[in-house]
This record gives sequence, structure tokens and C-alpha cells, in this order.
Amino acid sequence: MGNGTKTGQVRGLGSAHGGTHHWMMQRYTAVGNALLVTWLLISIVALPSYDYATVTGWIAQPIVAVPLILMLVSVFQHIRLGLQVLVEDYVHDEGLKFASLILVNFYAIGTAAFGIFSVARIAFAGSAL
Amino acid sequence: MLVSILHRVTGDGMAIFGGLGLVWWLYALAGGPADYACFLHYAWQADAGDLPGLIANVFCRIVMIGLTWAFFQHLFSGLRHFVLDIGAGYELRTNRLWSIAIVAASIIATAALWVWLLVGKGL
Repeated sequence: MGNGTKTGQVRGLGSAHGGTHHWMMQRYTAVGNALLVTWLLISIVALPSYDYATVTGWIAQPIVAVPLILMLVSVFQHIRLGLQVLVEDYVHDEGLKFASLILVNFYAIGTAAFGIFSVARIAFAGSAL
Repeated sequence: MLVSILHRVTGDGMAIFGGLGLVWWLYALAGGPADYACFLHYAWQADAGDLPGLIANVFCRIVMIGLTWAFFQHLFSGLRHFVLDIGAGYELRTNRLWSIAIVAASIIATAALWVWLLVGKGL
């Protein structure tokens, strides 16, 4: 973005004046999700059984817990951006839209926090649970 | 158009049911063996005679199969979006071919996954 002509000052910003940041973040997290959720799905299917000891023993390994936390960050950021677009497209009343976007943020960030805390607890507690 | 609608429906469906289901699973695991047993009871296999639990099982199993289909559909459709983002694949025949291929591939992948789980692993 240049600072010379009027066109140069606004080029790439779009009508939202937020530029392409939202759009790019949706793509960055999409790549993260494609890799990490595919990894999780294959790993879960490959687990020998789904009893408590097997599953927690698997998650407690650093090589599993860290990608799992990264996946939660990537997935819930993607969820937040995706639900935001849903609200912006279908909720036209400004007040209701504002309230809906607050709810979307609370849901995405809150649920992500519960998920990350849970993985951390499984990893740090070991066999104490 | 169908693929575009499915991308939104599967994405927002996973955003709610997938997000809550995933964290329910992790939270139950973090809560200890009793909490995880409760999760398995309602999500997968309730005790015989527990009617509300068995109804929950039917609902949760349908949701889980639906979520795996939604994941494959959204993943393949998302990869198609990346191709479209670089300006390729807009020719009518190409576009139509890949749209149909994605819908078919997601159904095949879902079926393969659940055959592996239910028949292969005897879940």
C-alpha cells in the first residue's frame, strides 16, 4: 500500500477497511487445520483401544499434547472467523449482530480454553488423575 | 453451488457440534476415569436398560458419523478453494468435474473410515 495517490492509500483495504487480514487468517488456520485435524483423525483411528488408560497415556506424551494444543488454537480461531462470517451474512440488525459477535467470541475462545486446559491437565497430571 | 452451500453448512456444523464434542471428550478425559466412563456411556455405549442413555447413543453416533463426513467434505472443498484462490479451475467443465469429485470422495472417505472402525476394529 502506497501513500501517494488516493487510490494507493486505500488499495487492498476493501469496504471493511480491514484489508485482507480476516481472509488471510482464515487461510492460514485452514492449512493448520488440514494438517493437524487429519493427524488427529488418523491417530485416533490407529489407537489400539479407547479405554481411559490408553487414551490419556497417548495424549500425555509431549509429541501428542503439543500438536493437540496447537490444533485447538488453529481450529478455534478458524471457528471464530467462520462463525463471524455467518453472523455478518445473516444477522442484519446492528444491535443483534453486535451481541451475536460477542457470543461467537465467547464461545470460540472459551471452548478453546477448556480444551487446552484439559490437554494440559492430562499431560501434567500423569497417572495422578 | 451445492459445494459452496455444503462448505458453509459443514463448516458451521463442525464449529458447533464438532467444537463442543471435541472439548467434551478432552474435558472428560481430564476429569478422570469416572468422567470418561460417563462420556463413553452417553456418547457411545450406554448400559442395557438405560433408555435415555441409549437414545443419547443413537444421537451421538449419528452426529459422529455426520461430523466425519463434514470434515472430509469441508477439507476437500477447502482444498478446492485454495486452487480457486490462485485463479485456477474456473473452466466450466473442470469446475463441474471437481465439484462432483469432492462430494463423491467425501462420502467414500467417510464410508471407508467407519468400515475400518466398525468392521476392521470391531468397535
